[in-house]
Amino acid sequence: MIRMLIPLGVFLALVALLVASLQTGDERKVVQSPLVGKPVPQFSLPGLHDPDTITSRADLLGEPFILNVWGSWCWACRVEHPFVERLGREAPIDLIGFNWKDEREDALEWIGRFGDAWDRHVVDFKGKVAIDLGVYGAPETFLVDHEGIIRHKHVGPIDATVFADLMQRIMELEAQAQ
Amino acid sequence: MSAELGQISLILALVLAALLSVLPLVGAQRGNEALMKLAPSLAIGQFVFLAGAFAALAVAFLRHDFTVSYVAMHSNLLLPWYYRLSAVWGSHEGSLLLWMLLLGGWMLAVAAFSRSVPRPFTARVLSVMGMISVGFLLFILFTSNPFERILPGPIDGRDLNPLLQDVGMIFHPPLLYMGYVGFAVAFAFAIAGLIGGKVERNWVRWSRPWTLAAWSFLTFGIALGSWWAYYELGWGGWWFWDPVENASFIPWLIGTALIHSQAVTEKRGAFPAWTVLLSIAAFSMSLLGTFLVRSGVLTSVHAFANDPERGLFILVFMGIVTGGALTLYALRAPRIMTGEGFDWVSRESALLLNNVFFTVSAAMVLLGTLYPLIIDFMGWGQISVGPPYFGAMFILLMTPVVLLVPLGPLTRWKRDGFMRVVRPLATAAIVSIVAALLVCAWLESWSLRAVTGWIGGFWLIGGAATFGLRTARASRSGLARHQWGMVLAHAGAGVFLIGAAMVEAHTFERDVRIAPGETVEAAGYRFTLHEVVEVKGPNWRADEARFSIHRGDREITRMAPQKRHYHRGGQTMTQVALKPGVFRDLYVAMGEELGESGAWSIRVHIKPFVRWIWGGAVLIGLGGLIAASDRRYRGKRKARESAPAAAEATA
Repeated sequence: MIRMLIPLGVFLALVALLVASLQTGDERKVVQSPLVGKPVPQFSLPGLHDPDTITSRADLLGEPFILNVWGSWCWACRVEHPFVERLGREAPIDLIGFNWKDEREDALEWIGRFGDAWDRHVVDFKGKVAIDLGVYGAPETFLVDHEGIIRHKHVGPIDATVFADLMQRIMELEAQAQ
Repeated sequence: MSAELGQISLILALVLAALLSVLPLVGAQRGNEALMKLAPSLAIGQFVFLAGAFAALAVAFLRHDFTVSYVAMHSNLLLPWYYRLSAVWGSHEGSLLLWMLLLGGWMLAVAAFSRSVPRPFTARVLSVMGMISVGFLLFILFTSNPFERILPGPIDGRDLNPLLQDVGMIFHPPLLYMGYVGFAVAFAFAIAGLIGGKVERNWVRWSRPWTLAAWSFLTFGIALGSWWAYYELGWGGWWFWDPVENASFIPWLIGTALIHSQAVTEKRGAFPAWTVLLSIAAFSMSLLGTFLVRSGVLTSVHAFANDPERGLFILVFMGIVTGGALTLYALRAPRIMTGEGFDWVSRESALLLNNVFFTVSAAMVLLGTLYPLIIDFMGWGQISVGPPYFGAMFILLMTPVVLLVPLGPLTRWKRDGFMRVVRPLATAAIVSIVAALLVCAWLESWSLRAVTGWIGGFWLIGGAATFGLRTARASRSGLARHQWGMVLAHAGAGVFLIGAAMVEAHTFERDVRIAPGETVEAAGYRFTLHEVVEVKGPNWRADEARFSIHRGDREITRMAPQKRHYHRGGQTMTQVALKPGVFRDLYVAMGEELGESGAWSIRVHIKPFVRWIWGGAVLIGLGGLIAASDRRYRGKRKARESAPAAAEATA
């Protein structure tokens, strides 16, 4: 009899996990990172088109910017791409592509096919900086202010709602900076 | 108007489903014939109203009724009629309606083709399925109503996601859901067996053809999804271990274990409880997949309108269905533990190993899919979960399966000698190794993956052929259908293995810059670009590059990849050009226009044996369908008494 209850027990544990995940689902998407409110970690990473150009944290300070984590292997990045393009066009601040755990050739091919929406790229093929950044899974989008503080983070693809939310936050950042 | 009719039909279907879930079950428990006889009529009625609701939504799409908000969100005036029709199941609400329609269809089929099954049993099965119906209909009506109006409606709608405007996407969801929903039949049979007053050993036999059919549809559905991803999404990839792919793959793995354990339970009465458990698990995993895809707990490309409220509903529903089933199992299973003993070397042992490997694989995929959730739940903070690590694990678990598959069918039930099993396969083993080496020499491919892939593939095909020949020689009537099915499916696995190994080992990819009039050479093929022209489609315009491809002096084909711009939504889509072939696919995709010179960057792929992947999957699915159609599952009630003896003789 006890042995017969094992499957039920396993199932209940699974349900508990899923209930917990359901409640934190939005958190995983919105705040999630303990790094929100903290400075962007130190990094210096090569570019995508230009492997010899190194961009480091210091180069980006002074102006607010958006950091968009993506990879050519990531389907959801493809889903959010139209909105990333709109961010590139409509947001008044720099949009940095953070190419993660990718191959240069694949990433360039991807950009060739779907369009280069970003103002600048950094690549983290080994994924070391991503760990410091607390990257959870692509795509992710960080909003960083002019002092290099992470102000907001979105996990998952950008859709119309998220896009509107991001734009509003960007406008607020701009207003604060002035 | 049609939307209101659809809404009313859904409510009426719910009423009938509610009656179905109670009355026949009460009838079966009390031995009331009249109540039991209601089951088929209620199932028919429910199906009629579900079909009515589905037709109503289809009409709203075909007539451009943009006052229905679901239509306005997923269709527009420019969309051709066939995509308007497939848009019915292009998003969350409508796909659930399709799911329900198919569930209704399975119930109709159970009602129609169960004359050989005792009436109380059929009544219980249909009642259990009625309960599942009630749950899903409530879900649709309360959280995901496709018939909601917006007044005044917009003049034109948005667009169907261009990725979904494709023939593969017209058929992928219906096939996949046929499989998912079909496991509800296996589930209902298992539950009916548990509820039944007296222990019914025959339930497994009655359940087998349904399980096989459902599993076959799931196989086709997954293969079609993979094929679609290959030419529409991937740059030649055919499997991505995306959470949603996993959501369909886990039930498939469990289903594979189930169809094999059913064989043991039916023929020998061994592992009855395990078979019940797998029947419950297969459908529960289908529900879990639905939950993962639609609740937004995991990020995936199939971004259905994510909604925690819907997630909660499915979770509660799954809790009731699976929790209830497992409780019933805990209460009743001890009674059905009547397995017969068997030796170490026996068909039972072989199938037990099959079950161990497939169940562990399913658990591995499930764990990998839920890994981010577990990490989060335990408060271990964030970790980088990059591209999937499933591949290595999967190869590790499937290697012993490939080695053992040919042994299983040749082993006798209960007790056998190891040498007696292995000897007839010696020829197959030698032939497969020699043939594999010859093929690799001819293809000049000596990568480890390719060589092992060919050996494994030939071993599976040779093993299936050995079994087929020996059985045909031993019996006068030749192979029975269920044996044909098995031979085909096992050989299909070999074909699949060869395809997968060759694609992984020898894909040729190159990016080149090319201007009109120029030629590039790739792996013996010459690609000449003649011109780049602008073409128009119903709801897009595109740049189209026109290539001719030569090998030696002969023109093999012409190819015209496109870069499409959709009018609404402004998305750009790359339409690759494919020249499929038995031994290789040619694949050309357009990149960017390079400056004013008229030159473009293009990507050329040559994918050896890629069709074998889906060809193998189709063989596997066909094998399942052929086995499901075997006469022995449709025997008249009287004939059954003598059937086990006959089955014993052919097995």
